[in-house]
Amino acid sequence: MRQALSDALREEMLRDENVFIMGEEIGVWGGTYAVTRGFYDEFGERRVRDTPISEMAIGGAAAGAAMNGLRPVAEFMTINFAFVAFDAIINHAAKVHYMFNGNIKCPVVFRAPGGGGRQLGATHSHTPDVIFAHFPGLRVVSPATPYDAKGMLKSAIRSDDPVMFIEHATLYQERGEVPEEEYLVPLDKSDKKRDGSDVTIVTYAQGLPVSMEAADKLSKEGIEVEIIDLRSLQPLDLSLALESFKKTNKAVVVEEGHGTYGIGAEIVAQIQEHAFDYLDAPIKRVAQKQAPLPYARELEQSALINPDRVVAAVKEVL
Amino acid sequence: MATTKKKKAAPKTKKAASKELTAEEIRHADEREVGVGRAGDIPRENLMDWYRQMVLIRKFEQSCSEQYQLGKIGGFLHLYIGQEAIAVGSIAARGANDHVITAYRDHGHALAVGSETGPVMAELMGKVTGVSGGRGGSMHLCDVPRRFWGGYAVVGGHVPLGAGIALAEQYKGTDGAVLCYMGDGSTNIGYFHESLNLAKVWNLPVVWIVENNQYGMGTAVDRASATPEMVTKASGYDMEAHVVDGMSVCDVYWKTTDALKRVRAGEGPQFLEMITYRFEGHSMGDPLRYRSKEEVVKWRDDDPIGVIERRLIEQENCTQEELDAIDDQVEVEMAAAVKFADESPEPGLDTLYDHIFVEN
Ligand SMILES: Cc1ncc(C[n+]2csc(CCOP(=O)(O)OP(=O)(O)O)c2C)c(N)n1
Ligand SMILES: [Mg+2]
Repeated sequence: MRQALSDALREEMLRDENVFIMGEEIGVWGGTYAVTRGFYDEFGERRVRDTPISEMAIGGAAAGAAMNGLRPVAEFMTINFAFVAFDAIINHAAKVHYMFNGNIKCPVVFRAPGGGGRQLGATHSHTPDVIFAHFPGLRVVSPATPYDAKGMLKSAIRSDDPVMFIEHATLYQERGEVPEEEYLVPLDKSDKKRDGSDVTIVTYAQGLPVSMEAADKLSKEGIEVEIIDLRSLQPLDLSLALESFKKTNKAVVVEEGHGTYGIGAEIVAQIQEHAFDYLDAPIKRVAQKQAPLPYARELEQSALINPDRVVAAVKEVL
Repeated sequence: MATTKKKKAAPKTKKAASKELTAEEIRHADEREVGVGRAGDIPRENLMDWYRQMVLIRKFEQSCSEQYQLGKIGGFLHLYIGQEAIAVGSIAARGANDHVITAYRDHGHALAVGSETGPVMAELMGKVTGVSGGRGGSMHLCDVPRRFWGGYAVVGGHVPLGAGIALAEQYKGTDGAVLCYMGDGSTNIGYFHESLNLAKVWNLPVVWIVENNQYGMGTAVDRASATPEMVTKASGYDMEAHVVDGMSVCDVYWKTTDALKRVRAGEGPQFLEMITYRFEGHSMGDPLRYRSKEEVVKWRDDDPIGVIERRLIEQENCTQEELDAIDDQVEVEMAAAVKFADESPEPGLDTLYDHIFVEN
């Protein structure tokens, strides 16, 4: 997926002179996660802008440049540091279009790698996606496959809206088919990633490989799950999830973030609102346990989602 | 309310002072410098126009206060009375590609860029004909065609936006620069420091204008800022900084003109501390417990409209009748603005979801 993101950025920079990238260590260093390796030499320091360690200024200046006609792709070294820029993202980038009655556009992309499971401790392991998705005005997407990553990043850069583009760092290693020719993936459409008839799993990002592995295990026992990848959290497209649920009548929601007030909570609420008559069993949520992520390997893993927890949840709803 | 018809007997004004006053000297000046050294270079018609703009802002604000008391303006309302010379003098100095962005005390800036009084008043009343369609309110005026990017209500939040707008001009290779205004209080928030640093590192075409009106809400500058002299903050970012007499529209004009020249000469971001005073409360309903009546009276002697008025009468052979005629014309304009706003409809309830995303 790393290569897919890198290709998307490079292609868009070659296509549109107004696209540039900025962030900490993205240039000379080559990007903390190496997504922008080689960009500094290829595009130079005008378009590949190393910034000071100033998240408030990164968020705000990228938004300002976008308002005045550019298409900045600003990278937060990790999403944990985007907390420092929360006001710039939520109160400014996501509000100017509405607050000024459509007179100002803010086509900025904030890229932010995140997620737990790498023994980085409580401050560096957040999956806070839902917090960003709470507010109208900001598109929030998080791809799970290289194909989606490339197509969605290109769409995000071309979008006239501000986009929070969340990359789960574990997925950088994910491999998958990416076509040679140019393609785009829409920013507001969910996608069916596996067909099945017994239980619907609704998930996204790191939840997808976890759910896929669970699905393989369940399949060996004769249980077939259907997997819907949300891809976008704001706006939220539940059309495929509802369609699938009306067929299976059972669902499990899998997300890496904390479960309390999480994405699962929203999805369960919407399913019961829109498909109450189809409900055969309480919908289960599999999510990060409600504790800060600890450093110790096994302890950290015990708090995160994994295929076994998904398998157990599916069996409970059956 | 301050009146614009302040008639001081035999006013004396110093001419052609060549040395730059310090902030402290400006605060305690007995006589207001007018133009500091180059007053004579400004054509009379410009001075007359600046006078008109300042009176317009003053009367606009007085009218806001009335409309607020009538319950026609809701939310927070921050008046610009006392600070008019800053928006008028600095915006008069801007070039064709220069931008303006400021905080929530933004009525003066909107009028100085040329936004019409009717749509600005309509915005304050939450009408669909307002400059932000009634979605913004007093603190969120904008006029993008006039390169006014808005008022912003989170202290310091717009400061990096100003840097970004400047970055876009630099990136596109234009000669455009940004005038980014902020209060003294905003120099204490992280946004300020990060943005000044970034602007210097990237050599961005921006003039930071601190309107030091001596208070952030009820907190005097020296109770909130490690240094009461805003200019010294710029030195930490290796930025050229000057103190400006914010009560003298001419001083504001020249110092901004010079700063913009240095920006365009490639000398990088510039910093101006403009010494001024907020004559009214922070917002409506401020109990004003934090400052003495004597202090307010002292500053009212330096009313920026009085300063330009004296200058016009003493040095430009301007008659009181000429000034009165301008005042009357402004009154007429304001009455029309209020009427326009009063008669405008509110935004339809079916528009709640408009403009959340560009592409829906
Ligand atoms: C981040 C933030 N904190 C607090 C406030 C509340 N607040 C609004 S105005 C203000 C004072 C700001 O003073 P200054 O920057 O000097 O501007 P002035 O009002 O004097 O024009 C405060 C504390 C706010 N709007 N934003
Ligand atoms: Mg102040």
